[in-house]
Amino acid sequence: MYGNLFNRLSVITLGFALLIAGCRKDIQPPQVDLTQIEGYTRGKVDAPTVRGLYVLNEGNMNQNKSSLDYLDLNTGLFTRNIFEAYNPEITKGLGDVGNDIQIYGGKMYIVVNNSNKVEVVDPATAIRIKELDVWQCRYVVFYKDHAYITSNGNYISVIDTATLTETARIPTGRNPEQMAIAGNKLYVANSGGYSPPNYERTVSVINLDTRQELKRIDVAINLDRLALDPYGDLYVTSRGDYYTVPSRMFVIDTHADTVKKRFDFAASNIVIHKDIAYIYAVAWSYITHSNTISYAMIDVKADTLLHTSFITDGTEKQIVIPYGILVDPDTEDIYVTDALDYLSPGILYCFDKSGKKKWSVETGDIPGHFVFLKNHQ
Amino acid sequence: MYKIRSNKKGTIPCLLCGVCLLTAGAAFSQIHDTTTLREVRVDAKRITTGIIPSASMQVLSGPQLQRLNSLSVADAMRYFSGVQLKDYGGIGGLKTINVRSMGTNHTAVTYDGLVLGNAQNGQVDLGKFSLDNIAEIALFNGQPATILQPARGFASGNVLALQSRTPHFTGDEKWHGKASIKTGSSGLVNPSLFWQQKISEHIYSTISTEWINANGRYKFRYTNGVYDTTAMRQNGNVNAYRVEAGLNGLLADSSAWSVKYYRYQSARGLPGAIVANHFEYGQHLEDRDQFIQASFRKDAGGRYHLLANAKYSDLYSRYIDPEYPNEEHLLDNFYHQHEWYLSLTNAYQLTSWWEASLATDFIVNTMHANLYHFPYPTRYTTLLALASRARIQRLELQGHLLATIVNEKVAAYEAAGPKREYTPTISAAWQPFANRGLWLRAFYKNIFRLPTFNDLYYTFIGNNNLRPEYVQQYDAGFTFQQALRGRWQYISLQADGYYNNVRDKIVAVPSDNLFGWSMTNLGKVRIKGADVALRTAWQPLQSLLLNVGLNYTYQQAQDVTSGKGGFNYGQQIPYTPWHSGSFTMGADWHSLAFNYSFIYTGERYSQKRNIPVNYVQPWYTSDLSASWTVQRRSYTHKLALEVNNLLNQYYDVVLNFPMPGRNYRITYSISR
Repeated sequence: MYGNLFNRLSVITLGFALLIAGCRKDIQPPQVDLTQIEGYTRGKVDAPTVRGLYVLNEGNMNQNKSSLDYLDLNTGLFTRNIFEAYNPEITKGLGDVGNDIQIYGGKMYIVVNNSNKVEVVDPATAIRIKELDVWQCRYVVFYKDHAYITSNGNYISVIDTATLTETARIPTGRNPEQMAIAGNKLYVANSGGYSPPNYERTVSVINLDTRQELKRIDVAINLDRLALDPYGDLYVTSRGDYYTVPSRMFVIDTHADTVKKRFDFAASNIVIHKDIAYIYAVAWSYITHSNTISYAMIDVKADTLLHTSFITDGTEKQIVIPYGILVDPDTEDIYVTDALDYLSPGILYCFDKSGKKKWSVETGDIPGHFVFLKNHQ
Repeated sequence: MYKIRSNKKGTIPCLLCGVCLLTAGAAFSQIHDTTTLREVRVDAKRITTGIIPSASMQVLSGPQLQRLNSLSVADAMRYFSGVQLKDYGGIGGLKTINVRSMGTNHTAVTYDGLVLGNAQNGQVDLGKFSLDNIAEIALFNGQPATILQPARGFASGNVLALQSRTPHFTGDEKWHGKASIKTGSSGLVNPSLFWQQKISEHIYSTISTEWINANGRYKFRYTNGVYDTTAMRQNGNVNAYRVEAGLNGLLADSSAWSVKYYRYQSARGLPGAIVANHFEYGQHLEDRDQFIQASFRKDAGGRYHLLANAKYSDLYSRYIDPEYPNEEHLLDNFYHQHEWYLSLTNAYQLTSWWEASLATDFIVNTMHANLYHFPYPTRYTTLLALASRARIQRLELQGHLLATIVNEKVAAYEAAGPKREYTPTISAAWQPFANRGLWLRAFYKNIFRLPTFNDLYYTFIGNNNLRPEYVQQYDAGFTFQQALRGRWQYISLQADGYYNNVRDKIVAVPSDNLFGWSMTNLGKVRIKGADVALRTAWQPLQSLLLNVGLNYTYQQAQDVTSGKGGFNYGQQIPYTPWHSGSFTMGADWHSLAFNYSFIYTGERYSQKRNIPVNYVQPWYTSDLSASWTVQRRSYTHKLALEVNNLLNQYYDVVLNFPMPGRNYRITYSISR
């Protein structure tokens, strides 16, 4: 009787082992994930200049989940995960923590911070042209056929955009973040964010023709973002120390290279379109252990705060962590991303210029950076 | 007194009486459990299970434990139901367990009866505990099955009890000793020495020490079906030693006492996440853990029992990151913790069927660190547990109420507020047939884990407003153990269904390195699970004994956070497979022993949302071992060969932290 039981038992256990052993699926090469955005409308555009929008998702650190999404502005077809799908031969794909994306001279540059690389791709196809190694890279700007990439190694890597090789390094302050170009001058926000409480508090001014630093403008601690308006004013955000020194926004006159104004509100990100600066702030406080989220608009000609917001229909109450902002040059629609809890797929919102939500779509994890694909690209 | 022998001949006659004793009701008066009953069990569990049938528990011990291909306690945890091992890979990689998806911090790990406290992160790296000196690993859902224990034993969701080898002498033996050397893949060199001396009729000493060195290098492979990259794991070197020394004694009134010193010191590389274009890292971790503990137990006149414990522990670690982009281009942080612990438990047998105990623990924890904006916290914890147990015929009832009083002070900035929590537990076990080894069991436990010092105070991560993270556990199951006649030796079957509700969950996910964590709040998790464990032994020939074990776990662990933060309602939480299990088969033939084990972890997701980009493939490994034992005069020589991950499957337990492929170990030991 027990022998019989044993036989049955061995059949069951063997079957069990085989069953579960057979459960590993064949590996599928990465594929895009397509969504037609519900209720998508672009409105009438007489002479459209852009046809697509790339959304770079950072992905949480160590997850290797940075990803690239693409929105066809004409159809509202939203395609997720295109970098992996179109470049399946690249080991581990786009990588860890994408931090910036820009297009210049027929090439798109994707800065991937913790992968210590910049992916240079064809903007029309997102297919790799070359990978550049830049240690702990942050942001990229362009000037006269050269890309300037900030690195946490306290320098700017200068890349020849024709040969895609590093031709020079320009020293900066500690942990340089975003850059902006006015005339032949490069402005770099130095943060020093890795050495609290010894933050940096300057913007470096670099002559792009000589690649020599001209001066450092003392602004405030822990600088982050820069945006230039059409009148030569540079808007600078300071993240503060998250305790007693609050986040603030400053204006530098790039003709005099001096600070001309301080706005007494928090600012995390700025984008300037025509005469309007669109600003949001996620101001973290370690005293209250909470974020204070705010939205603001500035008339950059008059340097005055406008008493309206670019979200007017109450949608801001749904946005957990605004993480990226961009204005459509053709429609003046405003795109805002929500990073939610950093561990879930984020959301891309589109608002019309009166601040009403047009549509929203789910993106990859932590959407934060964008670039438009122009019509001729 | 029984001696633990590696030779199993002659133990079979004991088996039947052992199993009968166990199934006869685990001998009431669990107060006596740790002495009388355990000694019976020592003999019985050589072949059978060591399970107390009225408790929800699992045990691996003795030869069963030794035969599994395991370097550390962490490896052995893969053979338990309901347990997920979180393994960052390699000999030096962090290895923690998560029982029934409640989270690592809900498991208390005890070593020789006392909790290994870590107020900084609330978790114990089980990779640090080599199996060399471990006699038994028991996992209790709820708490250990006795009311005579420190209050801390009641104060966690579940308890993993590690028992080091305790002295047993027979006849006129004066000493036991064991020397072994282990070597294998990844440059492993692991010599160890164990010595037990009978100092006098009632005092024994134990010394155990080992050294582990490995370069930690192993091949790993990643592919997406198009790219296919194989590389060598770098910066996984580890150098560690462990020293333990203990004295055990008996007094004239048969009170027992013990004193133990433990020290573990290591230096290791942290190999980092394998992400695109970034495979090599330079971070290092140095550790030094030491504690001294003393225990006294008096069983006066059979009715009154006293258990007193004291412990001091000192944990130091240093984390070095030479790639950190700060002013110094170097991050060099140390973390230093002290814990002082006193515990007194009194138990009294009120009637022949009813007993009660009162346990009082007092704990002081401090932490220093050279971190910016660090508050230097001190935590005072008082635990009071009133427990009672009754047995009415074949029904056992047990319950306790635990009071937890926590106050914190800081040298700078702001302390977390005081906490007063009262948490009950009740359990029942019923043996429906007097002469059958079937027990039906159920328990309810309401318990919490405190936020750790990292949760509360870690610069830029900590939040001193955190509340305790609560878990309500409901469990119902049965244990069936039966000694059999003939060639079948016994059968043991356990099954449990459970429902856990975690609320106010505090979750740590790895951020930029293994040692750094970023806090997130998952909110609520609802876990429905089933654990099944089957074990049996068969002796088809006089000289051949086969052991078979089968474990299966089903878990549905859903994020049920709603409202604020509820972005993933109903999704399976990260890294929790729906299906997992193991199958082991051992064969003893003359002086040879073979073992095969198969471990399976089913599909799961690496991130909160269950979508294809977060999908993680199942993994399953087959491990084989063979050992040869020979007796020469009074010495036992043993040679063991192991092949792990025989089919060379490349997999990650934690995304981007690759596990070793096929690897080998060889061990020689001589013992007496």
